[in-house]
Amino acid sequence: MKRVYVNEEWCLGCHLCEYNCAFANSGESDMVKALKGKPIRPRIRVEGDDRITYAVSCRHCLDPLCIRSCISGAIHREDGVVCIDREKCVGCLTCVLVCPYGAVQPGPDGAAMKCELCLHNAAGEPACAAGCPNRAIVYEEREEGQA
Amino acid sequence: MKKYLIIGGSIAGVSCAEGIRSRDGEGEITLVTAEAFSNYGRPLISYYLEGKTDIPRMSWRGEDFYEKNRVQVRHGVTAEKLEPEAKRVILSTGEALSYDALCLCLGSHPFSPRFEGLETVENRFFFTTLEDALALEKAVGKESRVLIVGAGFIGLKCAEGLRDRAGSVTVCDLAAHAMSANLDADCAPILEKHLAENGLRLMLGDTVTKFEGKTARMKSGKTVKFDVLVIAIGTRPNVSLLAEAGGAVNKGILAGERMETSLPGVWAAGDCTESMDVSAGEAGLLAVLPNASLQGFCAGVNMAGGAEKFDKGIKMNSIGFFGLHIMSAGTYTEPVYTEITEHSCKKLFAAGGVLTGFILLGDVSRAGIYTSLIRERTPLETVDFEALKKEPSLLPFGQAFRAKKLGGAV
Repeated sequence: MKRVYVNEEWCLGCHLCEYNCAFANSGESDMVKALKGKPIRPRIRVEGDDRITYAVSCRHCLDPLCIRSCISGAIHREDGVVCIDREKCVGCLTCVLVCPYGAVQPGPDGAAMKCELCLHNAAGEPACAAGCPNRAIVYEEREEGQA
Repeated sequence: MKKYLIIGGSIAGVSCAEGIRSRDGEGEITLVTAEAFSNYGRPLISYYLEGKTDIPRMSWRGEDFYEKNRVQVRHGVTAEKLEPEAKRVILSTGEALSYDALCLCLGSHPFSPRFEGLETVENRFFFTTLEDALALEKAVGKESRVLIVGAGFIGLKCAEGLRDRAGSVTVCDLAAHAMSANLDADCAPILEKHLAENGLRLMLGDTVTKFEGKTARMKSGKTVKFDVLVIAIGTRPNVSLLAEAGGAVNKGILAGERMETSLPGVWAAGDCTESMDVSAGEAGLLAVLPNASLQGFCAGVNMAGGAEKFDKGIKMNSIGFFGLHIMSAGTYTEPVYTEITEHSCKKLFAAGGVLTGFILLGDVSRAGIYTSLIRERTPLETVDFEALKKEPSLLPFGQAFRAKKLGGAV
């Protein structure tokens, strides 16, 4: 399946992916309205230091620990994409406890949230990759188990 | 066609069926459960009382799981006897079910020491199943004074769930601190203060010596008047079905990393088992939902001829009380990092060059990076541990690690 992959050496550390992600998941059609003056809650995050930067988001693991560990069964796959049913989620954050990449976080209503490859929003495909100015983030098919 | 039999319809049992079906689409699967409602996460029952979920949403793998996976379910039935030579199980209905591969997902039962006068208490409950939660829901009214014995996570989650339903909620525990199995003396007071601020009455270092109807006489000499009693002292693995059949049992059913018991063709998973705790280097009870799920799936795959291992087991918990999140994992060996503020606590423990455990209270973000270090037994010399101690991130793991994890399917 297609996933979001990160080419660390090309990341400029511009944080555009975070803004595009927050906007895509805001439900708003206007970026200014969605983000201006508000704390943004992106599901992808740029981390690093003054030399290295890269973005981290859900890996949609081949054998996701979060799906096994979720106490409410809210985390599930939809065509390979790991998604959270936020109606079922009770906000216990066991997914945060087990995700090796730190890619799950509590959302504004307490339910957990993470990258769902823009499957459930209007962007259609990952907004982080589409808007990455240096193609450091790509959305593509790569052989499973191959770097 | 292979005949699979699963005893138990909670997370381990359901995951076992998933594991079987991941390799064998044909075999006949029968699942027997004592409960009227199965396939739900037991920890959800406090969220049910709190109104954060309801019975339809509690279904762990969905209401159509058994049908979709062609699992024949027998609700309200218990397994009375295991006959390993004949490869069959005798049910409470008197029927005998034969199997080629059997998985025991027997769970645990609440433990209660002998309290003097306990039989004089009319409204007394445990808090481990949905049935318990439904009974409590009926028994507790706006005026009810609730006494909970045990300030571990079951007792405290029950208290949180009941706070808005009851007149008052008192929790006592012989231990000096709340959640004494998970927290230490540095972290626990922050939780205790938070619970008190949210309306719970805690009586720590104190417990009941005698019940007289609606009165509890405490060790301290105090008395507590109550209407509803919940015993939440702890649980014990259900091992008797296997033990009586001659299978190897310690505190729990002994199951190796393939989740096979000492009896041929008999597997076990979940709270009834005892497994290797990689953070402690010895076997122990790892009775938490994620392990039940991983073990059940592992057993199922192996029952269907696969080669799955459960070899990264640790104790781990994520829990919240009135908005305060607490996570704990692994074994508390040598403290190597401590950061305590008025509202948060962070402690990391390491031994033998690997992270063995942590406690996080308040800020729990990205805790899974620490959990992963423990489970994978990552040598700390291969990462920038000084940086990791302060903040969990992928930076201290180095470029090669990130290229593999962020640049490939993992």
